[in-house]
Amino acid sequence: MDLFNQVKFLIRKEIMLEWRSKYALNGILLYVVSTVFVCYLAFREISSPPTWNALFWIIMLFASVNAITKSFIQESRGRQLYYYTITGPQAIIISKIIYNILLMLMLSVIALGFYTLVFKNPLGDPLFYMLSVLLGSISFASVFTMISGIASKASNGGGLMAILSFPVIIPLLVVLIKLSKNAMDGLDRSVSYDEIGVLLAINVIVITTSLLLFPYLWRD
Amino acid sequence: MNKSWWKILATVLVLFSIIAGFLFHVPAKPILNETIRNIHFHVPMWFSMIVMLTVSFIYSIRFLNSSNENDDLMAVESANVGIVFGVLGLVTGAVWAKFTWGEAWSNDPKQNSAAIALLVYLAYLVLRNSLEEEQKRGRISAVYNIFAFPIMVVLLFILPRMTDSLHPGNGGNPGFNTKDMAPELRPVFYPAVLGWILISTWIATIRYRIRKIENKQYDNN
Repeated sequence: MDLFNQVKFLIRKEIMLEWRSKYALNGILLYVVSTVFVCYLAFREISSPPTWNALFWIIMLFASVNAITKSFIQESRGRQLYYYTITGPQAIIISKIIYNILLMLMLSVIALGFYTLVFKNPLGDPLFYMLSVLLGSISFASVFTMISGIASKASNGGGLMAILSFPVIIPLLVVLIKLSKNAMDGLDRSVSYDEIGVLLAINVIVITTSLLLFPYLWRD
Repeated sequence: MNKSWWKILATVLVLFSIIAGFLFHVPAKPILNETIRNIHFHVPMWFSMIVMLTVSFIYSIRFLNSSNENDDLMAVESANVGIVFGVLGLVTGAVWAKFTWGEAWSNDPKQNSAAIALLVYLAYLVLRNSLEEEQKRGRISAVYNIFAFPIMVVLLFILPRMTDSLHPGNGGNPGFNTKDMAPELRPVFYPAVLGWILISTWIATIRYRIRKIENKQYDNN
């Protein structure tokens, strides 16, 4: 099988596994919804737009760390050995990244929907805000997938995940907050092209380094 | 003697920059005044940190290719020294900021970026501590080091240039960069940078040799 077919096959496997044990998927959705609700009960209302934006991204950050941490940890040793015999490392990391991107897209759409439902706030340019959220979920997925692979090799993977990923994600988060703030204020779209460019560039760098480094991480 | 010329050079340059930095004439500029002397101490810390972290990055790549334990030792020791110089850079910067910008922490993008870069490398050390077996520890921490480095480069060199900064040379802020630095500062500043980079290299090599001896003793027992 060539790489493309392998990736397709592995993604289908991920989705099927997720679908069979719905608890993980439902768990993460419930996590987002209850976090938003906790914030709602704590804040009641948010009058300043920058706070609204920042809170949304903080919720997304924690939800995505939680969602992606398990992507390597949940795999048993035996299953990893089996992958080792049938596919290459590139196929595995690409399929994990794509699967996590899909997961994050779904998660972020639900989170944004529920968030705007409880915290009312006028969005200047809703379509562009959606774009920034989509870019954000792609960035989170690409960075956290590799880091969850690194963290899964250590003894206390879950705790390590946050320590390892937060400093790495901050640069992306800063750009994302700025981009979404521009969209919120309804600024002209051409103002934000710089930010989009930086985000895409970081994503390309992250995915390339993941592809190069995963083979070293994989063997045990 | 042949091998230690650069250590002598480092000592001479740093001693010179300390003496000259405190005694030589400096241009009197509003706000900055005499605090400009800090440029001979604050900026070289960052140069040394970046050099050390780059060395750590290079040795991590070498370790992945060679699986030679010594490469891993060099990577971790240069990261250690890089962190120490980073902390010194933050402290000297905070003292300077207190006098010129009014607050020790002024929410300046470069200040924030530097703090985040330090967090990355502290996380690298925590990751190392959580792994027991030596080869595995070296390999996994090298992967994290290589993965984090390009993002840190973006953080330190690209993001601060996209926003306004209190630091000179960014976001249309008037001030000195290499082009319009006062000429009387240069004869002290450049030796200081070179001297501190050499000193940091020296510290890293000493740490590396100590670790190697420790490992050898451990193997013999």
